[in-house]
Amino acid sequence: MRRHGAAKIIVLHLGVIGLLFLAQFFLPAYHQSNAIRIMVLATYAVGYNVLMGYTGLLSLGHAMFFAAGLYGAGLTIYYLDFTPLQGVGFGILSACALSFVFGLLALRARGIAFLIVTMMFAQALFLTTLYFNEITLGDQGFVLSEKLRTMTIGGAVVKFSDPVVKYNFALMVFSACLLLTLVLARSPVGRVLVAIRENEARTRMLGYDTERYKLLSLVISGTISGVSGAAYALLFAYIGSTFATIQYSIFPLLWVLLGGVGTTLGPLVGTALMFYLIDISSDYTSSYLLVVGAVLLVLVLWFPKGILGTLRERWLSWLP
Amino acid sequence: MAAVTLLETSALCKRFGGLQAVREVNFSLAQGEIRAIIGPNGAGKTTLVGIISGRIKPSSGTITFKGEDITRLKSCQRVMRGIVYTFQVTSVYATLTCYENVALAAQRRLMTGAKGFLTLGEAAIAERVESALDAVGLAASMERPAGELPYGYQRLLEIAMGLALEPELLIMDEPTQGLAEEEIAEFCALTRKIAGRATVLLIEHNMPVVLQLAHKITVMDRGTVIAEGTPAEIEADAEVQRAYLGT
Repeated sequence: MRRHGAAKIIVLHLGVIGLLFLAQFFLPAYHQSNAIRIMVLATYAVGYNVLMGYTGLLSLGHAMFFAAGLYGAGLTIYYLDFTPLQGVGFGILSACALSFVFGLLALRARGIAFLIVTMMFAQALFLTTLYFNEITLGDQGFVLSEKLRTMTIGGAVVKFSDPVVKYNFALMVFSACLLLTLVLARSPVGRVLVAIRENEARTRMLGYDTERYKLLSLVISGTISGVSGAAYALLFAYIGSTFATIQYSIFPLLWVLLGGVGTTLGPLVGTALMFYLIDISSDYTSSYLLVVGAVLLVLVLWFPKGILGTLRERWLSWLP
Repeated sequence: MAAVTLLETSALCKRFGGLQAVREVNFSLAQGEIRAIIGPNGAGKTTLVGIISGRIKPSSGTITFKGEDITRLKSCQRVMRGIVYTFQVTSVYATLTCYENVALAAQRRLMTGAKGFLTLGEAAIAERVESALDAVGLAASMERPAGELPYGYQRLLEIAMGLALEPELLIMDEPTQGLAEEEIAEFCALTRKIAGRATVLLIEHNMPVVLQLAHKITVMDRGTVIAEGTPAEIEADAEVQRAYLGT
């Protein structure tokens, strides 16, 4: 698996990032703004994939990490006059801390029990955002004004409401997280995570403290999800309880399933595909979810391992 | 053989509810020996080695390894001290290649400090993997998914994973189960080779294998050690005849 194709893999990933960079010069404004959203949400899926794809732990509560990033950034910028980047930093730290504490508690549960615990914690966080609605404004949410999203970096004024800044910031965030997971997947730790997914008991008897590795995986996964949430707050300026609902826990699961569980680029493919599926079908019909459902069924039937997962199985065994 | 004691258990007990699987076992292993544990089904053999390897917590008693009390150590910590267990039912990673299977074991020895978690010289891992696969004769199957290997080869792969962990004590639970005659002969040769580097503890039902390999044999029945001695002594022991050999 690891012993060949290192050059190919690096070229592929840098190529994808390069294409995304070039795309901003060709894409019409509408698709450009879609691409921004896709890159930010794909980052969320990338984070989800670390836990589910590489470590084999299924979560239905990742919205709590996304929301931790979103609120961590949004609230500090809104109330505490943090600069945009300070806010994003704080959002990321919040998600990191939350995933660590959550992991210590929840990883005692296994399998379905773990799944349920993730759901319950996420639900608790969602209700918390409603409970403190004097601060969070609940499901109505609040908006970061253009002024709050402007800062000077090295003398230059940077407006995070400017499409060019938005596009490149989203690209930077996505690329960093993508490359991080690529390094992780090919590192000794990545090898252990996959081993835990395949057979945890055996991995313990090879001398690995699997509990620690699962915690590490959860923290990386939660933190990347928080990066996405923080970037979302900054770039789209709206912070509301919707992002903490179970729906936002299910999205990354679907994106990853669609793109390919346990593939580095699967999250991007899955997110983009789902986004345009909804975008295009909703042009034609108000019952676009029916179309989405039908396409998902087709994919499950013919691409049970997701698009890249199936490609890897049939033709491209070197895909990481 | 006035050898150094590698492992010693003292008054080791394990109860599963009402069942006393292991009772008051005082067991010791000398460095460098090949020891076989035999006994009828349910004698507590697997439970005993499970306790030694850390997979099962003892109800009471202590285990000392190279002079250190390891009773409270987790199995992964024991592996790092050199106690390696290979499974009774093969549990290789079926979807991963043989290389990856052994690499997982090999890199464990190299992963020290924070740096070891992110980058390791793949060359150093590859070298260890190749030598472990070579030792069991699987070098040619390096790139095959482990699940595609015939059963006997999976057992060998399991042993290669054990070897790559550089054991001081290699515990093998029924290693010849399901192997063909010629594979068993190869296994015996391999075990003798391993014994040059490590102490070997076998649970084995196949008496010819036990008699030709083991320096000493421990016989268990109903959770206790009923006899211990050289193969010749055990063959002559009347109580063993009654409990186990059945003749």
